[in-house]
Amino acid sequence: MTAVTAGTAESTGAPGGSDAAVAAEQAAYEAVFDAAVAADERIEPRDWMPEAYRASLVRQIAQHAHSEIIGMQPEANWITRAPSLRRKAILMAKVQDEAGHGLYLYSAAETLGTSRDELLDKLHSGRQKYSSIFNYPTLTWADVGAIGWLVDGAAITNQVPLCRCSYGPYARAMVRVCKEESFHQRQGYEALLALSRGTEAQHAMAQDAVDRWWWPSLMMFGPPDAESTHTAQAMAWKIKRHSNDELRQRFVDIAVPQAEALGLTLPDPDLRWNEERGHYDFGPIDWTEFWDVLKGNGPCNDQRLSKRRQAHEDGAWVREAAAAYAEKHTGTHGEAQA
Amino acid sequence: MSTPTTHEAAAFAGAALALGDDALVLSQRLGEWAGAAPVLEEEVALANIALDLLGQARVLLSLAGDEDELAFLREERSFRNVQLVEQPNGDFAHTIARQLYFSTYQRLLYGQLAAGDGPFSGLAAKAVKEVAYHQDHAEHWTLRLGDGTAESHDRMQRACDALWRYTGELFQPVDGLDLDHEALESAWLASVTDVLGRATITLPSGPRTGAWAAGAGRQGLHTESFGRMLAEMQHLHRSHPGATW
Amino acid sequence: MTSDGWPLWEVFVRSRRGLSHTHAGSLHAPDAEMALRNARDLYTRRSEGVSIWVVPSTAITASSPDEKDPFFEPAADKPYRHPTFYEIPEGVKHL
Repeated sequence: MTAVTAGTAESTGAPGGSDAAVAAEQAAYEAVFDAAVAADERIEPRDWMPEAYRASLVRQIAQHAHSEIIGMQPEANWITRAPSLRRKAILMAKVQDEAGHGLYLYSAAETLGTSRDELLDKLHSGRQKYSSIFNYPTLTWADVGAIGWLVDGAAITNQVPLCRCSYGPYARAMVRVCKEESFHQRQGYEALLALSRGTEAQHAMAQDAVDRWWWPSLMMFGPPDAESTHTAQAMAWKIKRHSNDELRQRFVDIAVPQAEALGLTLPDPDLRWNEERGHYDFGPIDWTEFWDVLKGNGPCNDQRLSKRRQAHEDGAWVREAAAAYAEKHTGTHGEAQA
Repeated sequence: MSTPTTHEAAAFAGAALALGDDALVLSQRLGEWAGAAPVLEEEVALANIALDLLGQARVLLSLAGDEDELAFLREERSFRNVQLVEQPNGDFAHTIARQLYFSTYQRLLYGQLAAGDGPFSGLAAKAVKEVAYHQDHAEHWTLRLGDGTAESHDRMQRACDALWRYTGELFQPVDGLDLDHEALESAWLASVTDVLGRATITLPSGPRTGAWAAGAGRQGLHTESFGRMLAEMQHLHRSHPGATW
Repeated sequence: MTSDGWPLWEVFVRSRRGLSHTHAGSLHAPDAEMALRNARDLYTRRSEGVSIWVVPSTAITASSPDEKDPFFEPAADKPYRHPTFYEIPEGVKHL
């Protein structure tokens, strides 16, 4: 814990002081907060934090949680049709993890004083976003592989630095998420490899999926740094550790050799190694598509949200029943005696 | 060790198939819930149960042959699962009633098999722990839906009534399984009666079989929705004959 | 904080015998029994635990009801814990 200077501490001494005293107190809190962030300490739920920091975290964690649960849909789409029992088990476990990760993240958001109900409401009414990637359809089995390899790959690139995020509960949730997700990308890659090395039809299915998922995966890192509204502040607060473009480049550099090993091509004629930069150059991203999908015009925006709303509405009577039962059978709140 | 007779081997494979199909088909139905459960915590719970069942199915089907060939290349009439497990999910009450009826049966069945020294005793010893948890889950939800709100009570009662007719088949003798069917049935009835009673649900009184002398699921006779379920489950695998995944 | 009338529970997991229960996270459940089961499914599905406690979040008494405390307590009333509290003559080193 970093101590404030003696002078500042004195000025906060008088309770219920003047406006000037309140302002000074505020400044002192802020100084302590800034010092803690600068010293790479974690901010914990009961600590004082700037309102904008809190709001920014709630926005980001909620969006992350929503992405996990909406992200169940495109993959759950293939659970009942998985082509082998082994693949079915893997996919079920993966989709289950996503529900679990949603839960960890909603928990983290709740430590900031926002209830899960409130967050779900905002998701259902479209006031909070989820990752646009899930507004693309899973048209073939190979899409499940492509999501694992590319979408989870991009997500992991984004998420690993979040394990060191300045907000303790978010960082801890991310440690758990990252640990559990390590199998997600590998299973996707393995599924694609089996297709790529399989029959001609399977290979074509894999290539088609990679062709469709490559660019949307690059968009997952968000708009270019120059146009990103939240990046600078989020980095100052150490909510975010690397810029969008930095992470995107890191992902491309990792993915290119992986694609070669798969025997699949990436749909970008400009993709080539740049000796000077020590990175792969890649072609321009179609940001019009990104903003279009973000605004709600993607292929599956309506479908994803209405399925989510439907599940929530269909489940209302179940949640009410359990609450009513608890009410009847508990002395105090919680202790069931069934 | 004596070599099993042809009949014994066939009976063993047949029994593995019957139990394996039960687990596979129920797992498939539970998998349909993914993304649509009433609350996030329940997504995780239902998936856990589905995964346990799928694990059981894979072990059992492998005893009878190649798991994927059996799961994806058999026609409807060759499946040996009881009709109860193939019943559509319906609302959450129907899913829970199906879980209660089936997991109670499975717990007692595997309990008996684990206690014996037949070829399934090792497998049953592991499975009985899993299905005890499934039954616990079903029981807790049956209590909450039955004794929750007026609406949930009505839904739970309807679900228990609707699925009742598929419960008689659970106690048909299965060749290759050395079971005391009478004990199984009376223990099942006692357990279900107790849970439903505590859940303020009236024990259904209708017939416990379909009035069709040709038989039911164990004889390869299924209900109409089953064919559609299989079509969905099998189409991709069948579209690429000989492919590996 | 509730979700459709389902209160929030804090989950503590003993990862193996010999260790104490540590906080794993939280979840919503209508009552203690369901909270335990949800916790088992959610926080130990990779065999992370041998024992679970669930506690209603509202039953936890925290050391600092005023969220400002943790930051200010050291500076505000125990400045003597900080080296800068003490005046040392100029030129004295390694203190």
